[in-house]
Amino acid sequence: MTALDALTPQAPPPAEVTGGGGAGPWRSAWRRLRRNPAGIVGAVIVLLFVLVAVLAPLLAPFRPATSEWFGEVTPTSVPGPSDEHPLGLDSYGSDLLTQLIYGARSSLVIGVVSTAVGLAVGALLGVLAGGIGGWVDTVIMRLVDVLLSIPSLLLAVSVAALLGRSPVSIMLAISAAQVPIFARLLRASLLAQRGQDYVVALRSLGLRQRRIVVGHMLPNSLGPVLVQATLTLATAVIEVAALSFLGLGDPNPAVAEWGRMLVTAQDRLDQAPWLALYPGIAIAVTALGFTLLGEALREALDPRSGR
Amino acid sequence: MLTLVVRRLALLVLVLFGLSLLLFAWVRALPGDPARALLGEKATPAGIAAVNERYGFDQPVWQQYLTYLGQIVRGDFGASINTGEPVVTTFFERFPATIELSLAALVLAIVLGIPLGYLAARRRGGWLDNAVVGGSLLGVVVPVFFLAVLLKYLLAIQLGLFPTSGRQDARIDATHVTNFYVLDGLLTREWDASWDALVHLVLPAIALGSIPLAIIVRITRASVLDVLSDDHVRTAEAKGLSRAVISRRHVLRNALLPVSTTLGLQAGALLSGAVLTETVFSINGIGSYLFDAVTQLDYPVLQGFILFIAVVYALVNLVVDISYGVIDPRVRVS
Repeated sequence: MTALDALTPQAPPPAEVTGGGGAGPWRSAWRRLRRNPAGIVGAVIVLLFVLVAVLAPLLAPFRPATSEWFGEVTPTSVPGPSDEHPLGLDSYGSDLLTQLIYGARSSLVIGVVSTAVGLAVGALLGVLAGGIGGWVDTVIMRLVDVLLSIPSLLLAVSVAALLGRSPVSIMLAISAAQVPIFARLLRASLLAQRGQDYVVALRSLGLRQRRIVVGHMLPNSLGPVLVQATLTLATAVIEVAALSFLGLGDPNPAVAEWGRMLVTAQDRLDQAPWLALYPGIAIAVTALGFTLLGEALREALDPRSGR
Repeated sequence: MLTLVVRRLALLVLVLFGLSLLLFAWVRALPGDPARALLGEKATPAGIAAVNERYGFDQPVWQQYLTYLGQIVRGDFGASINTGEPVVTTFFERFPATIELSLAALVLAIVLGIPLGYLAARRRGGWLDNAVVGGSLLGVVVPVFFLAVLLKYLLAIQLGLFPTSGRQDARIDATHVTNFYVLDGLLTREWDASWDALVHLVLPAIALGSIPLAIIVRITRASVLDVLSDDHVRTAEAKGLSRAVISRRHVLRNALLPVSTTLGLQAGALLSGAVLTETVFSINGIGSYLFDAVTQLDYPVLQGFILFIAVVYALVNLVVDISYGVIDPRVRVS
C-alpha cells in the first residue's frame, strides 16, 4: 500500500518541486499563495464575508426585516445615517446595516450549497465519463454539451417555472449551470493523467481501474477543482443577486437579499441612492474577494499558469 | 465549409427535436391535467373541454406529440394564457428591443475592447495595461444590474445627460416597421426618431457592454501577448515590414481567433444580461414578457421562448464557427 502511494505524485500538476527543500506541493503552493498580495486581499474579503454571514445575529444591531421604524419613512424621503442607525433605514423602515449583514447570510448559504451540489453532480459525471470512457463518456459529454448550450438565465427560469419560486429552486438553478463546468474539468483532468507513467505503473501492478481512479487520480485533480469552486462562488454570489433582482428570488420578503434590496432601492433612486449603492457594493466586493482568491489559488497551485 | 454548415444545421434539427420532446413531456409532467395547467386558475369545465379539443389531450400521447410537433413546424407556438396574443406575434414585437440592445452592447465592447486589449499587450506592464487588467476584473465582478443602476443614477437622474427609461420618447410619432427603433427611423427617414432611439440606447448599452468588454479585453490581451512572441512576428519584423502591417496582418488576425470563439460562448451571458438591463431601464423587451410568463406559469410562452432561444443560440454559434473560416483559412482546409 505504501509502495503504491509512493508511486502517486501528490496533487496539482506533478513534479514541480521548485525550491523549498522537501516541502510537498501543497505546502509550496501555500507559500506562493501567502506571497501573493492580491490573493491575501481576496482571502481577507472572503473570510470577512463568511464571518459576517455566520455571526449575523451577533453583529447586526437590530433584528432583520422588522419595519420597526416604518413611520419615519415618508413617500418623499428615507432617513439617512443617524446615531441609532449608522447607515440609515431601508424603504420599509428596517435598519439598513442589519439588512446588509443578513443579506450576506442568504448569499453565502445559497452560493455554497449550490456550488457544492454543482460540484458533486458535475464531479460524479466527469469521473464516470473520464474513468469509464467508451459509450458512457460519449453519452455523458453530449448531455453536458447540451446543458452548457442553455443560457444560465434560461435554465434558472425553467427550474423556477418547474419547481416554483423557493430557495431550493434558486440553488438548483444555479447549480444546474455549474454541473457542466465541473464535469468537463474533472474529465479533462482524468484524461490528462491517463497516459502518465504512474497510472501505467499502477495498472501493471494489477490495480483495478476503479481503485486507480478513486484512490490515485482523483486526489490529483483536487487542485484545479478547488480553484474552479472558488471562482464559481464569485459567479454564484452574482447569480443569486441577479435572480432575486428579476423577482425569482426567495418569495419570503422577511429574508434579506442584496439583489432584492437593489430592486426596491430603484423606486427611490433620486431620493436615497445609497439604498442601491450599499447592496451593490456588497455584491461586487464579495465577488471580487472570491475571484482574487481563486486566481491566486490557480497561480499558487500551478505556477506555470501565471501571466 | 458547406458540409460544416449542413452538418451543424442537421444537428440543430436533432437538438430541437429532442428539446420539443422534453418540453412536451414537461407540460404533461405538471401536476393535474394539462388542460388545467395550460388554463391556470381561470380553468372552467367548458374551458378545459375546449383546450382538450384544441390540443387533442383526449387522444393517445404519441398522437398528441405529433400534433404538437406539427404546430411548431408551422410556426404555431400557441397563444399566451394571460394576454391571448399568439406567442410568435409578441416575440416579433418584443425581441427586436432585446436584440437591438445586445447588438449595441456588443459593438461597443468590440470597438473598445480589441484596441484596448491590443494596446495593453503592446505596452505590457505600462499604466494602460494595469488599468485594463484592473478594469476587466471590475467588469467581471460588478453585476451588470448594479452598473446599470449606477449609470442611471449618475448620468440620467443627476446630470440629466440621458433619458432614464424606455426606448424612445413617447412624444415622437415614429413609424415602426421592424421594431428595431434605430433602424426604423433610418428606413422611414425619420431621423429624429432614430437619433432619439439611439440616445435611449446609450446607457443600457454601456451597462450591458461591460460583460463582453471585460472578456474581450482579457482574451485579446492574452492572445496578442501569445502571438507577439511567435516566430512569424519576429520574421515579419526582420523583413522590415511596417508596424501597422505587422499588427494588422500578422498579429491581430491570429490573435482574434480566440476572441471570436469566446464571443460565441458569451451569447447566453449577453442575453441574461440584456434581460437584467431591460428591467433597470424599463425597456419593453423580452425580459418583462418572460418574467410575467414565469410568475404566472404561462406555459405556451415559456415553451415557445425556450425553443426560440435554443434556435437563436445555435445559430449564433454557427455564425461564429463560420467566421473562423473567414478569419483563419486553416479551419477551412481541415
